[in-house]
Amino acid sequence: MATEFHNLQELRHSASLANKVFIQRDYTDGTVCKFQTKFPSELDSRIERTLFEDTVKTLNNYYAEAEKIGGQSYLEGCLACLTVYLIFLCIETRYEKVLKKISWYIQEQNEKVYAPRGLLITDPIERGMRVIEISVYEDHGSSGSSSGSSTTSSSGR
Amino acid sequence: MSAVMITRKATRKWEKLPGKNTFCCDGRVMMARQKGVFYLTLFLIVGTCSLFFAFECPYLAVHLSPAIPVFAVLLFVFVIAMLLRTSFSDPGVLPRALPEEANFIEMEIEAANGNVLAGQRPPPRIRNVQINNQIVKLKYCYTCKIFRPPRASHCSICDNCVDRFDHHCPWVGNCVGKRNYRYFYLFTLSLSLLTIYIFAFNIVHVVLRSVDSGFVNTLKETPGTVLEVLVCFFTIWSVVGLTGFHTYLISLNQTPMRTSPSTLGMDMSTSPFSFGPFRLKSTSGIEIFGPEIDGS
Repeated sequence: MATEFHNLQELRHSASLANKVFIQRDYTDGTVCKFQTKFPSELDSRIERTLFEDTVKTLNNYYAEAEKIGGQSYLEGCLACLTVYLIFLCIETRYEKVLKKISWYIQEQNEKVYAPRGLLITDPIERGMRVIEISVYEDHGSSGSSSGSSTTSSSGR
Repeated sequence: MSAVMITRKATRKWEKLPGKNTFCCDGRVMMARQKGVFYLTLFLIVGTCSLFFAFECPYLAVHLSPAIPVFAVLLFVFVIAMLLRTSFSDPGVLPRALPEEANFIEMEIEAANGNVLAGQRPPPRIRNVQINNQIVKLKYCYTCKIFRPPRASHCSICDNCVDRFDHHCPWVGNCVGKRNYRYFYLFTLSLSLLTIYIFAFNIVHVVLRSVDSGFVNTLKETPGTVLEVLVCFFTIWSVVGLTGFHTYLISLNQTPMRTSPSTLGMDMSTSPFSFGPFRLKSTSGIEIFGPEIDGS
């Protein structure tokens, strides 16, 4: 029953949004940015468990790397303080560099893994690092049961 | 359809933000609505420093050292820069849940609470999460329709949920949260130093000049001194105390919201967020010198 899409463009043109799945934050290790790797049941028929877990684990590793406190971040902080934070007009912080890597990674994952399966990941930074939002698309050409489910989920509005 | 979307001007996110903030400079400046007290702060700092440069500095530069006004200028520039950075930057506002996410959370809450009999009040919306082996209750925000992450709070003045909310500071005209806490702390610290510096050199100036011309004549020659001493005296009491309090909080990795145990029902010393005395050396100061973590 899995719908096939060949790229993101095709996804946007021919599919309609059926549902959204939200991956919540995992706070067991404190307030560091980490998302739950628990596989949501709504994606059961859409994507393999291992692929999903790989994506979330890689994202968690990226965020851990970004928030790591080490020599470079202390140096950046002290230098910034001394230059009255004007240094940030010239250089990019390590955190911002990792955020760029993350958004490149998410785009790559969307193109290679998620779009062919009718899914789309939204960068968590767009949602204030609270959730990873995964949009589930259905092909227009598929049966009316998918559009029926989307109307029941929007009845709360 | 995609060609039409490209030609249409994109609305910026800040134009759609539902909170009570004002924006300037194409979204680069973000402040609260009431800015009166902020203008007062600016006026007091600039005014007092102008009086100092006008009345005391010429005398002190000649009779003691030209380094005195130079250092005062540097400190003044730093204070103003930190004040503007605190006031104009985003404190760490959490974006509100879009309709789909709000519905998803509603369904989760209903599933967790089960059936509620008609006429009975539904139980409060709380989510229990485990942080470092302690159970912490996350509260639901009815305005933003999200479960607030730990250490986030809703500011009723700005009508936003702010991550690591410290307080809404009217003197600065903005909330103080995760993203601008370091600037706020540096502002209070540098302002304390500036105030003590000006106060001390005012005294030195009055003493030195009184030796030559007498106390009353000195005050007549430099009337600004009296005003400066008054402003500095009252500022020292409040700002230095505040700086000391925040230094204490930073060394324990706490926010003021955490000091009332009734909020989350636990003792400050065993809070899941405090690092305790043994890790003090490696992690204290992370708020100020650690990486600037963006979350919103």
